[in-house]
Amino acid sequence: MTATVDAPATPAPVTTDVTFRVRRYLPEVDEEPHWEEYTVPLYPTDRVLTALEKIKGEIDGTLTFRRSCGHGICGSDAMRINGRNRLACKTLVKDLDITKAITVEAIKGLPLEKDLIVDMEPFFAAYRAVLPFLITDGHEPTRERLQSAEDRARFDDTTKCILCACCTTSCPVYWTDGQYFGPAAIVAANRFIFDSRDTGAEQRLEILNDREGVWRCRTTFNCTDACPRGIEVTKAIQEVKRALIFRRV
Amino acid sequence: MSTASQPGPVSIPAPRSRTRQRSNYELYSWLFMRVSGIVLVFLVLGHLFIMNILDGGVQRINFAFVAGRWSSPFWQVWDLMMLWLAMLHGTNGMRTIINDYAERDQTRFWLKMILFVAAGFIILLGTLVIFTFDPNIG
Repeated sequence: MTATVDAPATPAPVTTDVTFRVRRYLPEVDEEPHWEEYTVPLYPTDRVLTALEKIKGEIDGTLTFRRSCGHGICGSDAMRINGRNRLACKTLVKDLDITKAITVEAIKGLPLEKDLIVDMEPFFAAYRAVLPFLITDGHEPTRERLQSAEDRARFDDTTKCILCACCTTSCPVYWTDGQYFGPAAIVAANRFIFDSRDTGAEQRLEILNDREGVWRCRTTFNCTDACPRGIEVTKAIQEVKRALIFRRV
Repeated sequence: MSTASQPGPVSIPAPRSRTRQRSNYELYSWLFMRVSGIVLVFLVLGHLFIMNILDGGVQRINFAFVAGRWSSPFWQVWDLMMLWLAMLHGTNGMRTIINDYAERDQTRFWLKMILFVAAGFIILLGTLVIFTFDPNIG
């Protein structure tokens, strides 16, 4: 016997009209970015990403943004929503104040290319510069590199990074000084510096001891607030500072 | 089929340029800010307490009072430390702010030059006064 679907006990949720103020910039047409308003009907459990897709699909097809998985793991749709860096796919309408227009704009501090899309290359350049891969010396073992649960827990927090750039582009030091490595790159370095299997800590610490390295951090905690993965970013940066001080001083 | 139109291998650009010489300068200046900050808390609060609260406070300060204090090497060292630490601490903080907010290299350079010259002048002048103070001057 096949299962039968009972009538839902709860009444169907109703949609509300929500207004979005989106900072648009089409380089072929616009000289300067400008704000445009769109009103779309949404359920309270809808995400901001759903709203952007509705706008693009039903109102204005020229709206441009990055999205890939839509489930908070690919890190493509980082944007500034109501002045805070978040992932559009993890921000629900019911968690925002819909009595006013919800502002959506591209993340700051990276070159704006179009609408909500920025050039991520400076961000990834900083990421590459901290050698974000396992460095080992000696012969390659014939079995896997074993690690105790405690050693693994040491850097667990920083393994959660999805490189969405929410933290780096919320950092006021990064806004004014694009040469600063930025929180995300330091998180990536932290992930390997404190890995017991890795032997490249000294190289990475030397890189982050640079004029534009960890010492530029002002501990404003913007990065920790912005991280959609809940990484304690400022703490990770402080750990690198401490490692530098107690190894060298 | 021509190979000229084939895209070449994907090239990963070299990591961004870093400062060539290895130096712990930023590390030491960061550490200096913390240490001098802690020392200054005691020096400055002590100074304010002596000058403004103890024995009638500001009312008793005159030339003789200052001359009397500076006849003791203890207060000379206290004031000298306060001068140097406060000036270096403040200058280093201003250097950081200039690095943060001045975007053009030229602006950065000249703002820092003005800062360093002003700081150097005040440190030298203050040190000179503390060491060459003559209580019989007037």
